Amino acid sequence: MRIGDFRASYAHDEALWPTSAQRRWILVLALLLLLFPLGVNAYIVSLACILGINVIAAAGLNIMTGYTGLISLGHAAFMGVGCYCTAWLAQRGVPFFVALPAAGVLAALIGIVIGIPSLRIKGLYLAVATLAAQFLLVYVFKEWESVTGGVSGIDVPFASLAGFEFSSDQRLYFLIIPTAALLLVAARNLFRTRVGRAFIAIRDKDISAEVLGINLLHYKLAAFAVGSFYAGIAGGLLGYFYRVITPEFFTLQLSIFFLAAIIVGGMGSILGTILGAVFMTLVPELLRHGVTLAALWSPRATEVLSPLKEVVFGVLIIGFLVFEPHGLIEVWRRVRRTFHLWPFRS
Amino acid sequence: MTALATPAATMSNPLAGDPLLRVDGLHLSFGGIQALGGVTLQAKARDITAIIGPNGAGKTSLFNAISGFYRPQQGRIRFAGEDISRTPTARRAAKGMARTFQNVALFRGLSVLDNVKLGGHTRLQANPLTAMWYFGRAQREETRLRAEIERDVIDFLEIDHIRHQPVAALSYGLQKRVELARALAMQPKLLMLDEPVAGMNREETEDMARFILDIQEERGIAVLLIEHDMGLVMDIANHVVVLNFGHVIGVGTPSEVRTNPEVVRAYLGGDFVKPIVPDAAAQAQGIAL
Amino acid sequence: MTAVSFDWTALVEYTITGFLAGGLLSLIALGFVLIYKGTGVINFAMGEFMMLGAYSFYTANKVWGLAMLPAMVVTIAAIGLFAAIVERGILRPLSGQPVISVLMATIGLASVIHGAVDMVWGGINLEMPELLPRTPLRFGEIFIPGKTLWSFVLASAVITAFSIYFRYSRTGVSMRAAASDPITASALGIDVRRTQVLTWIFAGIVGAIAGVIAASMTTLSPALSHIALGVFAVIILGGLDSIVGAIVAGLAIGVIESLTSAYLGGKVRDIVPYLIVLLILLIRPYGLFGTRQVERL
Repeated sequence: MRIGDFRASYAHDEALWPTSAQRRWILVLALLLLLFPLGVNAYIVSLACILGINVIAAAGLNIMTGYTGLISLGHAAFMGVGCYCTAWLAQRGVPFFVALPAAGVLAALIGIVIGIPSLRIKGLYLAVATLAAQFLLVYVFKEWESVTGGVSGIDVPFASLAGFEFSSDQRLYFLIIPTAALLLVAARNLFRTRVGRAFIAIRDKDISAEVLGINLLHYKLAAFAVGSFYAGIAGGLLGYFYRVITPEFFTLQLSIFFLAAIIVGGMGSILGTILGAVFMTLVPELLRHGVTLAALWSPRATEVLSPLKEVVFGVLIIGFLVFEPHGLIEVWRRVRRTFHLWPFRS
Repeated sequence: MTALATPAATMSNPLAGDPLLRVDGLHLSFGGIQALGGVTLQAKARDITAIIGPNGAGKTSLFNAISGFYRPQQGRIRFAGEDISRTPTARRAAKGMARTFQNVALFRGLSVLDNVKLGGHTRLQANPLTAMWYFGRAQREETRLRAEIERDVIDFLEIDHIRHQPVAALSYGLQKRVELARALAMQPKLLMLDEPVAGMNREETEDMARFILDIQEERGIAVLLIEHDMGLVMDIANHVVVLNFGHVIGVGTPSEVRTNPEVVRAYLGGDFVKPIVPDAAAQAQGIAL
Repeated sequence: MTAVSFDWTALVEYTITGFLAGGLLSLIALGFVLIYKGTGVINFAMGEFMMLGAYSFYTANKVWGLAMLPAMVVTIAAIGLFAAIVERGILRPLSGQPVISVLMATIGLASVIHGAVDMVWGGINLEMPELLPRTPLRFGEIFIPGKTLWSFVLASAVITAFSIYFRYSRTGVSMRAAASDPITASALGIDVRRTQVLTWIFAGIVGAIAGVIAASMTTLSPALSHIALGVFAVIILGGLDSIVGAIVAGLAIGVIESLTSAYLGGKVRDIVPYLIVLLILLIRPYGLFGTRQVERL
């Protein structure tokens, strides 16, 4: 219990950052994020951009899977939907603040379409259904050449707004990070209302949820739609970032990547989403650097990078599931608990 | 708890209102097994109706049919004059039906407060868009709900000290109380309690009995409860329905039912010939069935 | 109007070939169903067990120079052992955790195996030893590839052997009992943990053999594991917990894939399984033979 932390009204009790200390830290964080790109090199900025995109996608998946318990193996495919939608619109001169939400909405609609047959069933059947959706959508990406450019892909123009172009990673950073921050707060808000509570209720005991008046299919579809919306926006930003996209970007492996991110970070937690996304973004980069270093001794080392990523990936997932199933957020909470009464032991 | 000759046990409740729930001739079978073979009963407002019977009598199946999880093969269920036999479960809640479960069915990922707030789900309006934005409508209704719940439920059931705790960390007795709180937050007309004091010690049982009586008096809710604790039933129920093998074998006030030979036979076995005659001596010794 | 005569011979040929090819799918599906029935888990690493089986066979036969039969025995032993280690080391610690955790564990396992195989043997295509005879079968105009025929024979033999084993042997019966009701089975003295390990060992062996067959029909490469993804349509159609369903659905999907490949082209064939999955989920979510999941209230 924090000393001096008094709540004088219910509204205060329900606030996101009720203590002034918390608000100060958030301000510091905001300032850091703002000034960050000015002090580091271009590589780190582009890494931060990818991180932002991953955070948004992971948040969407966490809403679906972590909070509502709907396993989705097709998250990458929904990102693809958003990405191609953004590309198509951007090629026609649509500014980003229309193209991105549109991408999100389209992804959400596709999510609902996939959800209608899939959400009458649970657990493993749902997992297989989303797997099927993943392959079907990638097939569409490859074959619908007039819209998606097929296997050779399409170009995405710079994100633009009234002549101003986000023509560098530095500039794009200031599009991605605020969007991510906004979407994270929105996700957190969801769980301060009846909608988010219903999601969690469905995950924990859907029969009880029904008795409380929650229409299961309705809310499951809503969870799917919101999660896919986030995926769509992440996909759109991905398009603006990479500038050339092909269906190869949105494979089953990417879907699994995001599942790993929320497991590693902690399912059912927004902070966990961030931790998981950070971890999973940095790991491939570290591996890449490690392999480049190893290539100095053994020239064949670079061939090993892709399968090595797979092995490390799988080991991480299994390791976290067995040893730390609640994810990094649990580690974080343990550290906080220890420091609460430090130096006095509890 | 010893059975006492309270007025409630011997006379029907003069304050009871009209029948709120009417179950008519409910037949329910699973495959070849008949769970309910033509059950008819009523629950009135401001009345506490207890459903008792040996294990396997069909009590929870009856509850599940009333909740809408099971579709009975025959029979009708009417609630506040409306035929709800075909209404889906989620819609029955909005009509004013609340229920607790035999195995506490709280949402382990949520705190006490959030669990209770879920009781108010059907009375709120937020959709995903307004929820994500939060400011304005969603925030207003959340604050309003919070104030309402604190005043009507949390204070009443004395769970304010644990409101932010995760439910998984609570004792069994407190969990059952939180489940009751959640049901009350629905502002129901009918409250269905499935073994509300199962597994509780003496003190917890008395607390729960007190709460149920307060609910009946102060809120005029119809209470329908399944219970095995005969002491509780004798003490607080106005009206008792006895089930055995899916049939109603006795109906009446608690003391009427206690002396019903069919009921005695159901509980104690078939060869009992002499029915128990109520007399002061037996009651003074506190013979409970 | 000129009547274009429909090529009935071709149709029959495609159907029979598809039917025979479906035998392999049934075998792989059997592996899935075994684990699902026995432990309630969908093993996303099935394709990787297949891979391991195929690569082990290759190594035993071509690298170590063992004859086919001993090589097969070594393969079966190795993969069986590996499956046991997986069950003990990964699945056992996770028992009791939610479905998604165990699912993700098998996905993680698949990733590890896939990457490890790629690292050890390289990503190039290798040629499998000549396990399945090539000589085709001919009825008049109908031409059945030899490999397809023999894959069916081998798959049928394995499926039949397993079915008999499960039906009549003591271990088989105790495995079925433990799968159906672990608590009662335990009370009757059946070692439920042992049956779970056995379930995984058998599924691993089934997968290994299926992998050897599959690699013999196509080529040996890390892409082999993708065949298992197509089998999801089979288990959804047949019902996750039905062995009979797995067999029937495998043959049916084999025919469907063969016909779509012949009449609609190779690319469509790749996604047909997934279209079927979504279709089945719309109409009959628990498959033709699966049991509807009922929850105790």
